[in-house]
Amino acid sequence: MDIEFMINCLPMYVQAAWLTLRIASAGIALALGAGLICALVRSAKIPVASFIVSAYIELSRNTPLLVQLFLLYFGLPKAGVYLSSQMCAIIGLVFLGGSYMAEAFRSGLESVDKAQRESAESLGLTKFQTAIYVVLPQAISVSVPALAANVIFMIKETSVFSVVALADLMFVAKDLIGMYYKTNEALTLLVGFYLLILLPVSALAAWLERRVRYAGFGNPA
Amino acid sequence: MQDLGILLEGRNLERLLYGLWVTLRISFASIAASIICGIIFGVIMTLRNRVLQAVCRIYLELVRVLPQLVLLFLAYFGLTRAFNINLSGETSAVLVFVVWGTAEMGDLVRSALISIPRHQYDSGYALGLSKADVYMSIILPQTVRRLIPLAINLATRMIKTTSLVVLIGVVEMLKVGQQIIEANRYTAPRAALWIYGAIFALYFLACFPMSLIAGRLERRWT
Repeated sequence: MDIEFMINCLPMYVQAAWLTLRIASAGIALALGAGLICALVRSAKIPVASFIVSAYIELSRNTPLLVQLFLLYFGLPKAGVYLSSQMCAIIGLVFLGGSYMAEAFRSGLESVDKAQRESAESLGLTKFQTAIYVVLPQAISVSVPALAANVIFMIKETSVFSVVALADLMFVAKDLIGMYYKTNEALTLLVGFYLLILLPVSALAAWLERRVRYAGFGNPA
Repeated sequence: MQDLGILLEGRNLERLLYGLWVTLRISFASIAASIICGIIFGVIMTLRNRVLQAVCRIYLELVRVLPQLVLLFLAYFGLTRAFNINLSGETSAVLVFVVWGTAEMGDLVRSALISIPRHQYDSGYALGLSKADVYMSIILPQTVRRLIPLAINLATRMIKTTSLVVLIGVVEMLKVGQQIIEANRYTAPRAALWIYGAIFALYFLACFPMSLIAGRLERRWT
């Protein structure tokens, strides 16, 4: 192992990790929003929109992100739609993650007992109030473990961004292997940086999962 | 619709389907091995041995927390350099997917096993059944019912993940697609849209029926 070489490469990895984190956090935030909207549309059974959402969820869950990115980055320009690398990465990540988040929210929404809605209605709450104060807080607390698992999944999926010419961790590692033939050093740093990003997130997810178990309102655990 | 015809020209479609076959071949080999190893691994994880549990836990967490592409790089580039083991792209892909699939499958098996309530065992013993009888006719059928939909979902995930092997130089569907696009750069400049669209559709056609079956079974059995 060439320690000096590794130290010299650190700034490149830090920059790449930073890029991964930036795109992942933008993608995760947008996917959470998109997922919640999709889940609400489906649970409200809005006629046409429901069908579109279902079709989107099936399309996104049954195709790999890599292929989605190829279609966005290399295919769409041929139809006159030009997107930058970063845009492609974020759109791809949201397209993929949105459906996973939607499924997580859906299982949460389905777990809310019918009596909760009926009680809220009989207390004279409007539909909007019922959703905001009664249904969503319970649904989201049930969804948290699945949402956290999706966040980890999405961060892992960002590893394919090098195919749309983004200089992420994989890109830097591959570059170093190709240019200097320092395979061991490059791969050690690669694994190190991914663990550095993913282990804290994974620990946080485990902690969250233990915490929200207390929030089992009205449902015998 | 310009250049859509490129799909049907010559042997292009046949070649794409051959690429799909390479993908599925890698997936099915990995899935079969992962199911067998995963069941063993899952049973080991339910044993009450502290050391064994700790070792399994570390293996599980480590393999699951790293992106599959990183594992592929480790097997394809890392093994060669560090231990002088030269694996072809396809072999390292199967190796990585089995190592990863075993961890995932093992966790599914473990959670299915511990989800069977204590009273199912106790009632069996109270009826005078032997330990083997309890496992064979009470515990296993219930475990398998919980397991099958989850295992099918894992299989679709593995098929999707197999798309990554193009990045370690395996000639599968995406690579064949690139070759077709490059070969027809001048005669069909818009081919990329249709070829990648077709690959997208083929992945969907491979995975969607499996997801559908998994969903059906899950609803019927739980």
